Amino acid sequence: MKAPLGQTPSQTVGPYFTLRVYREGDEILVPEGFPGGRIVIEGKVLDGERKHIEDALLEIWQANPAGRYRHPDDTRDLALNDGFTGFGRTVSDFETGEYRFVTAKPGRVPDAEGALQAPHISLIVQGRGMLNPVFTRIYFSDEEEANRDDLTLRRVPAHRRDSLIARLVDDQNPKIYRFDVLFQGEDETVFFDF
Amino acid sequence: MSEPLIRHYGPRAYADHPPFSYPDYRSTVKRSPTHDLIEIVQTLSETTGPGPAWAEISEEDSDLTTNTGTGNPAIGERIIVTGRVLDENGHALPGTVLEIWQANASGRYAHWRETEFPAPLDPNFVGVGQCLTDAEGGYRFTTIKPGPYPWGNHPNAWRPSHIHFSILGPSLGTRLVTQMYFPGDPLIPLDPIFNSAPPHARDRMIAGYDHTVTEENWALGYRWDIVLRGEQGTPMHGDAD
Ligand SMILES: [Fe+3]
Repeated sequence: MKAPLGQTPSQTVGPYFTLRVYREGDEILVPEGFPGGRIVIEGKVLDGERKHIEDALLEIWQANPAGRYRHPDDTRDLALNDGFTGFGRTVSDFETGEYRFVTAKPGRVPDAEGALQAPHISLIVQGRGMLNPVFTRIYFSDEEEANRDDLTLRRVPAHRRDSLIARLVDDQNPKIYRFDVLFQGEDETVFFDF
Repeated sequence: MSEPLIRHYGPRAYADHPPFSYPDYRSTVKRSPTHDLIEIVQTLSETTGPGPAWAEISEEDSDLTTNTGTGNPAIGERIIVTGRVLDENGHALPGTVLEIWQANASGRYAHWRETEFPAPLDPNFVGVGQCLTDAEGGYRFTTIKPGPYPWGNHPNAWRPSHIHFSILGPSLGTRLVTQMYFPGDPLIPLDPIFNSAPPHARDRMIAGYDHTVTEENWALGYRWDIVLRGEQGTPMHGDAD
């Protein structure tokens, strides 16, 4: 059945969204001393010529370390963390294109068949010159076994899966993962429709 | 352990949204995917989203004519912009955060990025606001009508007057950033960003002038509803909201 109302069309965030849609600190989801530790996710957003996109808006949404989303539909009997919303926002650096989130590693949440998904963070990227948001997921290179069984990853052709896996580059505390978002070309990041 | 609620959202209506690459808007050409999107099955990761938690920590900040805190009102044509946030099944979406940003009456943004447009800044106008929808999905801003401004897309390119809106909505997939335009603006048909939306859907971005919203001796009124993705298979509720 066709929905009775038409969706309002998407438009670009343009170059000036940082006036409102990002405030310093939005990229830090957990404070120092967070139970279970913190992780850093950093990278660049690159265009079809592999030039850095200097004004991208990146938004993440994730479960907490116990695998629970702070959302009214997630009524599972798992602990929530005080102050942890699971939502973060950041912008790419104007000069370097680098972005950075400080968060906690998410736990595993169920897939559509009742098994557990590999730990992942949902990522939305928008920017000037982007008329629609793109949706992707950040998985972790040190979760090989879980990644192998993940139903979403398995829908992605094997040669493109690496684009969804954040690479552990520093195993200290906090662990640092690199995740670049690439538009166009052989190694384009996988973007999802759901 | 209680079971989570897994809703099933209808598809993002790509036919109602702009394409990723729209060469008349030059910057889209290198900033768009070239592979097809990969369709995935919705899980709790997609059917939940940050909107509800974000609403809990957000406060109303809906009068842009006074919210600089300088004690002096912003300059320009004072307007009221009101409407509802609905899903495509017609259900109201209460408790939804709307974040807006816009140029001032002269067409200048109070932003650090440089512009060659020699229009004045207004020390009493930053051009940002935030509103939470009420039980009927209603929102209401008081602001200044933004001026048109030039941009570098093509020779003599001008953006029509517009207000940027950002909405998270109830799930990950309801994320929407859009722009509201004003009725009768002669720049609208010349604007590649407006025209990037498919013809049948473009008018959904233009507010209506509403004399019942206009306040005597105070401000002109505009009405604009925003429609987000909804659950699939939900029957139409003519009277439910
Ligand atoms: Fe604008």
